Amino acid sequence: MRDAPISETEAELPGTPTARRALWWIILPLLAFAAAIAVLVSTNPLARFNNGTPPVEDIAFERVILGSDGIRVLVRVGGSEPMTIAQVQVDDAYWQFTQDPPGPLERGSSAWIAVPFPWVLGEAHAVNLVTGTGATFAHEIPVAVATPVADSTSLLSQAILGIFVGIVPVAVGLMFYPALRGVGRNGMSFLLALTVGLLAFLMVDAIGDAFELAAESAAIFQGNAMVVLAAAASFLILMGIGRRNGTPQGLALATYIAIGIGLHNFGEGLAIGAAFAAGAAGLGTFLVLGFTIHNVTEGIGIAAPILRERIALWTFAGLTLLAGGPAVLGLWIGSLAFAPQWSALALAIGAGAILQVIVEVTALIRRREGAEGSGLFGPAVMAGLAVGAGFMYLTAMLVKI
Amino acid sequence: MLTVGEVDSARNGFDPAKMLTDWDVGTTSVLPDGGTLRTFEVVAEDKDIEIAPGVMFPAWTYNGRVPGPALRATEGERLRIVFKNYGSHPHSMHFHGIHAARMDGVPGAGLVNPGEEFVYEFDAKPFGCHLYHCHALPLKRHIHKGMYGAFVIDPDPARHPDQADVARSRLYGTPENAQWQEFVMVMNAFDTNFDGENEFYAVNTVAHTYMNSPIRIAKTRPVRIYLINVVEFDPINSFHLHANFFDYFDQGTTLTPTLKTVDLITQCQAQRGILEFSFAEHEAGLYMFHPHQSEFTELGWVGMFDVVEDVA
Repeated sequence: MRDAPISETEAELPGTPTARRALWWIILPLLAFAAAIAVLVSTNPLARFNNGTPPVEDIAFERVILGSDGIRVLVRVGGSEPMTIAQVQVDDAYWQFTQDPPGPLERGSSAWIAVPFPWVLGEAHAVNLVTGTGATFAHEIPVAVATPVADSTSLLSQAILGIFVGIVPVAVGLMFYPALRGVGRNGMSFLLALTVGLLAFLMVDAIGDAFELAAESAAIFQGNAMVVLAAAASFLILMGIGRRNGTPQGLALATYIAIGIGLHNFGEGLAIGAAFAAGAAGLGTFLVLGFTIHNVTEGIGIAAPILRERIALWTFAGLTLLAGGPAVLGLWIGSLAFAPQWSALALAIGAGAILQVIVEVTALIRRREGAEGSGLFGPAVMAGLAVGAGFMYLTAMLVKI
Repeated sequence: MLTVGEVDSARNGFDPAKMLTDWDVGTTSVLPDGGTLRTFEVVAEDKDIEIAPGVMFPAWTYNGRVPGPALRATEGERLRIVFKNYGSHPHSMHFHGIHAARMDGVPGAGLVNPGEEFVYEFDAKPFGCHLYHCHALPLKRHIHKGMYGAFVIDPDPARHPDQADVARSRLYGTPENAQWQEFVMVMNAFDTNFDGENEFYAVNTVAHTYMNSPIRIAKTRPVRIYLINVVEFDPINSFHLHANFFDYFDQGTTLTPTLKTVDLITQCQAQRGILEFSFAEHEAGLYMFHPHQSEFTELGWVGMFDVVEDVA
C-alpha cells in the first residue's frame, strides 16, 4: 500500500524514501552475510567434521631450472592448511635444500626450492618433496639438460628456429598470392573453405594442448574453466572489435586471420621452447621442416580474403610478421620453462581468436555463395574444408612424436 | 647428503642418543622356589612422532617410544610382562623366545583390545639378542607403525661353565660387562605416505641422527652392538662397518661367533644378532656405519662412530 504515487524523477534522487529503501536492501543482505560469517567463525560448527585426518595437501611443479648450481623448482601449494616442505629427495636420496621464501606455505602461494644436486646430462631424475605430514609429491625430469638462459646466443638460435617454424611458411604461403588471384568464383570459395578447414584444425589442436597444460597447473587456477573462459573472452572481444563497422572483409579479415594464426603460432613456439627446456626435444632438421610444411597453408589462408583487392607489398610483410613473428616470441618465453597455466592461457586466447576468424570467413563464404552460388555446403566449399583440415592433419604427423 | 634440520627429541619424548644405552630391566623379586621374577610394564599408545626433521608420523608405540623399550633379562628368570592397551586398535606383544602357545601374543592368545590388559608370563630362554613386536592384524601395518622393540636375554655364567668368562661379559651389571660399550640398535623405516614403500630409514627411528650426533666410543674399550632389523616392505637390511671388521653372533644364541672377521652382515625382517669389535688399534676419528644398500643409506640410515682416545 502506497501513501502517495511517486514520480520516477523523485525515485532516482538520493535521500528520497525509495532510494533509502533500496540502499537498505543492499546493506541488509550484506549484514546477514557478515552475521553468518561471524557465527561460523565464533561457534565453529564444523568442528564435528574434524575427524583427526591429516590436512589435504597438494603441490604443483610450475618451473624446473637445471643449472650449474643444481636443480631449482618453483612449486605452488594448495592445501586446507598452510603446509611445510620438510625434506627433499632427489632420486631416492635426501639432499640439503633451501626454500625461498622459507617457512610454511599458505594455500596458493609459491616458493623456489633449490637443491645443489649434481644432475647428469641426458639422464632422468626425480624430485620428491616430503611434507610435514609425510605426504610426498614427485616430479620427473625425463631428460636432464641445462635450462637455456636468456643470453644473446640462445636468443638468436631460438629466433632462427622460430623464423623457420613461423615466418618462413607464412611468407611462402603468401607468395602464392599472384597465382591465386586468377582463380574463379568456385576457386575462391574453395580457398576460403580451405582457410576455415585449417583454422578448425588449429583450434582443436590449441584447445587440446590448452586443456593438457591446464591439467598440469595448480588446482587453484581451475585449469579447465580458465581455458574455456579465456577462449570465450578472446572470441567475444575480437568479434566485438571486428564488427564495430559491420562484418570484416578484405584486408581487415586477413588481418584477423593473421592475428588468430599468430596467437596459435605463439602457442606452438611455447610448446617447442618448453620441449627444449624439458629436454624432451632433440629437434632435428626433419622436425623443423615438418613444422614449416605444416604451416605453409597458413599463408594461403591469410591471402584468401584479399585476392580481389589491391595490396601494397609492405602489407604482406606486416601480415607475415603478425602471423609468424609470435612463434619467435613463444620460443623465447617457452624455453625459460614458464608455468603451465600461462601457456594454457596463451593457447586458449589463441583458440578464441581462431574461432572468431572461422565465424567471419564462414560468414564471407555464405554471403558469396548465398546470392548466386551453391550455398555453404556446395562441392567447392566441402572440398576446401576437407583439403584444409586434411592437409593440416597429415602434415601434423610429421611433427608429432 | 643429509636431511635438513633437527628433530625435537623433547617433544618426541625419546632421544635416539640416549636410546642406545637405555635398557629397561624392569623390577625383580624372589619367587618361592628361590628363582627370580622379573616384571616389565608396557603400555601401547597412539602418538605422533617426528621421525625426521619436520616430518610427523602417526605412530603406534610401546611406552610412547619407537622402538619400544629395550627389555633386558637374564637366562632362566621368570618373566612377567604386564601389557595395557591404551591405543585405538587391538595390540599384542609377540616375543621371539620360548613360551607356551597361550603366551604367543597372536589373535586368540594374548591379543589385547583397547582399554584391556594382559600379562604375558614365561621363562627367559634361550639367551640371545631377540625382539618383540605386535602380532595383531594387519601385521604389516602394526609392525611398520612402530610396534617393536629389543628383547635381550643375557647368558647365565653358571649354566655355561666352559665359557663362563664370555657369558659374564655379556651379563648386564657385572664388572666384566661394564668394560664393554654396549649399544642397542633397531634398524627401522617409515612409510610416511602409506604407499607400501619406505620414505625414511634409520636406526632407532630418527633419520641421520647419528650423523648429526656421532656415537662417542673410547678406543680402549671393546664395542658390542645388539642389532635388530624390523624394516617392513624391504626384504633385507644390512650393517656395514667402515675401516674395521667385527665378529658376529647370529641371533646371539651362542657364545662363540657364528661369523668371524666380517665387515658386513645381512638381516631379513626380525633377524638380529650381536656384533663385537674394537677400535683399540685405530687412530681416533669418525668411522661410518650404514647398510650397504645405498638407497637406505641415502634415505636416512647412516651414522658415525666418533672414536676418541678416552671418554671422560
